[in-house]
Amino acid sequence: MRTILFPRRLPVLLAAAGLLAALGSAAPSASSEKTVLTDREKAIHVLNRLGFGARPGDVDRVLAMGIAAYIDRQLAPQWIADPAATESLRRFPTLEWTEAQLFDKFERPLREAQRERRRDQAMAEGTKSAAALDEAERIRRMIPPENRPRRVLEELSQARILRATLSERQLNEVLVDFWMNHFNVFAGKGLDRVFITSFEEGVVRPRIWGRFEDLLLATAMSPAMLFYLDNAQSVADEAHRPARPIPFRRGLFGRGGSANPNRVPGGLNENYARELLELHTLGVDGGYTQKDVTELARVLTGWSLARPEQATGFVFRAPLHDIAPKTVLGMSFPAGGGIEEGEEMIRVLAHHASTARHIAFKLCQRLVADDPPRELVERVAKRFLATDGDLRETVRAVVTSPEFFDPCHYRGKIKSPFEYVVSAIRAVGGIPDDALPIARQLAQMGEPLYLCQPPTGYSDTAQAWVNTGALVARLNFALQLAANRLPGTWADTERLIPPDSAKDTKKAVDALSCALMDGTLSAETRETLEKRVADGQRIGGANAQIPMIAGLILGSPEFQKQ
Amino acid sequence: MFDRRVFLKSGGLALVAGGFLPKVFVRMASAAALPSGNRKVLVAIFQRGAVDGLNLVVPYGEKTYYDARPSIAVPRPGSGEGAALDLDGFFGLHPALAAVLPYFRDGSAAFVHAAGSPDSTRSHFDAQDFMESGTPGVKSTADGFLCRALVGNATKTEVPSPLRAVSLTPALPRILAGPAGAVAMNNLAEFGIRAGTATPAVSDSFESMYSEAVAGVLGPTAKESFEAARILKSADPGRIAPENGASYPGGPFGNALKQIAQLIRADVGMEVAFTDVGGWDTHAGEGGSEGQLSNRLSDYGQAIAAFAQDLGSRMADVTLVTMSEFGRTVKENGNRGTDHGHANVMLLLGGGVRGGKVYGRWPGLDSSHLYENRDLAVTTDFRDVFAEVLAKRMGIKNLSPVFPGYDLDARKRLGLILA
Repeated sequence: MRTILFPRRLPVLLAAAGLLAALGSAAPSASSEKTVLTDREKAIHVLNRLGFGARPGDVDRVLAMGIAAYIDRQLAPQWIADPAATESLRRFPTLEWTEAQLFDKFERPLREAQRERRRDQAMAEGTKSAAALDEAERIRRMIPPENRPRRVLEELSQARILRATLSERQLNEVLVDFWMNHFNVFAGKGLDRVFITSFEEGVVRPRIWGRFEDLLLATAMSPAMLFYLDNAQSVADEAHRPARPIPFRRGLFGRGGSANPNRVPGGLNENYARELLELHTLGVDGGYTQKDVTELARVLTGWSLARPEQATGFVFRAPLHDIAPKTVLGMSFPAGGGIEEGEEMIRVLAHHASTARHIAFKLCQRLVADDPPRELVERVAKRFLATDGDLRETVRAVVTSPEFFDPCHYRGKIKSPFEYVVSAIRAVGGIPDDALPIARQLAQMGEPLYLCQPPTGYSDTAQAWVNTGALVARLNFALQLAANRLPGTWADTERLIPPDSAKDTKKAVDALSCALMDGTLSAETRETLEKRVADGQRIGGANAQIPMIAGLILGSPEFQKQ
Repeated sequence: MFDRRVFLKSGGLALVAGGFLPKVFVRMASAAALPSGNRKVLVAIFQRGAVDGLNLVVPYGEKTYYDARPSIAVPRPGSGEGAALDLDGFFGLHPALAAVLPYFRDGSAAFVHAAGSPDSTRSHFDAQDFMESGTPGVKSTADGFLCRALVGNATKTEVPSPLRAVSLTPALPRILAGPAGAVAMNNLAEFGIRAGTATPAVSDSFESMYSEAVAGVLGPTAKESFEAARILKSADPGRIAPENGASYPGGPFGNALKQIAQLIRADVGMEVAFTDVGGWDTHAGEGGSEGQLSNRLSDYGQAIAAFAQDLGSRMADVTLVTMSEFGRTVKENGNRGTDHGHANVMLLLGGGVRGGKVYGRWPGLDSSHLYENRDLAVTTDFRDVFAEVLAKRMGIKNLSPVFPGYDLDARKRLGLILA
């Protein structure tokens, strides 16, 4: 059932190469005092930061190509062939579906089932929360599993994990993770469970190498964001609407229903306008006031979405747009404006100096250090402004900077749960077949994919991830993976080392250290491992120790860092 | 308009109610079997997303409340189905919180209305951050105020338990971040290394790896993990079933409180417990007596009531305090919901609480009394509420490091905790 994709001998050769290389490199614990990284360390650093860590043999491949060439290549992912990742996605048809298709397949049956159920139960009264849960479960059972809405998120989560693990376009996957987090959408909110797919596939992925303005505008017009941050429902006060009467039915999404169809719901919703300023562009200290938030919300009134039963995507509802004069961040809009006001504001925000600093800071925090060097952030922000918000050039400014290769950042950043899990699977050359168990593990570690409720997204600093419960979850994951006990992912740690090295304590630890960490384990960790093997040999055979040692290495403090 | 007469009357009633010795203590005093000098536990609950305090504890004595909320107001007590449950003649409890009402009536639960953070931010992120750091307006604070409270309290000769602060959350919350060392976990049963028969050997190896300098920032976290796992294994709190017929609602919040109760009963040295509960950001379709908020409140109230019932007389050692980053607009918005506002309501329940009263100066809802012309004004700083709990229940003498830069004048305290 499972096929081994790499030749049997290859990892052995690579491990041997790694062993030799490790012997030639300086003691890793001394690296923090050094002024420059060795080429080998640079290769490891690039694989960790521009990707999700090394697979067996990756360090040598990067060295053979040259560090600068590898970075250049990662910055132009469209030229990198990616058959393994592409192949892995073929099992997830929903990735390519439109919102309308997803709605038809996953929401409509649910609504019909709910209606049917309500008819059946017209008499039933007094639903306690426990009873309500049963009811939801009963409705779910009326729908075949392949048509249940959760399938959308399951396919998307699996696809994200598989691409991060298998794709040759590693930096692309890192940046998808970054931008999906920057423009966080909580897929647990209503229809976002079906909108989330096109948000990643159609809105974010195609634009992360282009101009920030285009990415920002696309998110502003995306059903996922319009729904998540409520702008779809934000309409002008009645006094500020165009004069003519308009027929409009209440309940954009097929719920509700008003007795009087001419009575239009009235009211501003500031949610999106606030997060647009605070999180997506200027940053919380970017220099705006509560008044700016309210005025920007007025500018964005009418930016809504079509009823998914009828059409797809963004609609501008002119009759619900606020046509009174407005002023945002000192920019005045005279009476009578329309959609162009919002487009102009998004353009202005995308090119604002505060936005440049905010985006530069976040990219540097992600790619360089939790507390990135101030001068680097300033330089990257300048590059952002000078290139009209060109995201490729902005990222290039970060990863080709001298600060990026400063030895103080080498293995200096704690991996997020997603980075940790994917890097561990890559390190053992694991082959994920079913990635759902991995998605569940991520939830245990505090980072369920697409399910970050607040619009801030997940934190990119160690403090958020370094805690007792999550650390235990990481250690257990490492043990499970290395022992080939992680359901759905094949991993054979014995294949990672030369067969004869398993017989000798020191050799086995060395070989595994080379295979999984390129030989950069600390002396202290090695000593612990050797002791474990020695103790283990007294009890059972040496071979049985290999997965345990591999699990201990993947759980080691060194492997938590990138 | 804000009806002063009703308010004064309610204040008077509440004072009388507060004068009775809460029943929970009567029970406690007679429970001779209870070991003396039980450790006091603070249970802090964060309602993330800014719960609508005006619908949680309803100022039904104010007509303005009903004018501002034509479709989502909770009706006055006695007005039939779905009416608010009267608390004191001016305020009423949301009917979905009926499970909590008996504790208010018997004097073990109190509310503080118009409480919150003085900072004007309406960003969830910033407001939560400010509340948890305990330093509104100051972003550079590295640790959480409950962490600083624990550090300030660690003057005793005994070695603090690695489980002195436990957060029933997947990640460690900001409020407990810092050097005190707090443990975050989702599930007590799953805490610890799992490697079959090799578990002890593997645990030892991890422990030794993480004790080395190479572990860096991970070192202290790891040390706590291993110690906590050892204690949990021997105390085995998971075996402790809810008592007194308590039944927790399914779902993450009920499950978190159930496990907090287990930890309290297992006597693992816990001083502070934390958990959070979301789903309060009701911008659209909030509902009044029924609907979205009501469903959330029902689960919330049942979980808290089950917690108090489960712990029974042991509740005398436990003080539960709730907070939420800010309140919501007085007026409903165009989507039958509410937007981000300012002041909110806090619930206190358990040991030491002079219950049966809604505390705090009520600023009124007419526009001249609103904060920035739209929101309920803050008349009680959340820090004064916590200061009183920390001082009187946890015995923390010096609160200045807990709330740096804040004027901790004891006269500002509401007297909601028995001396």
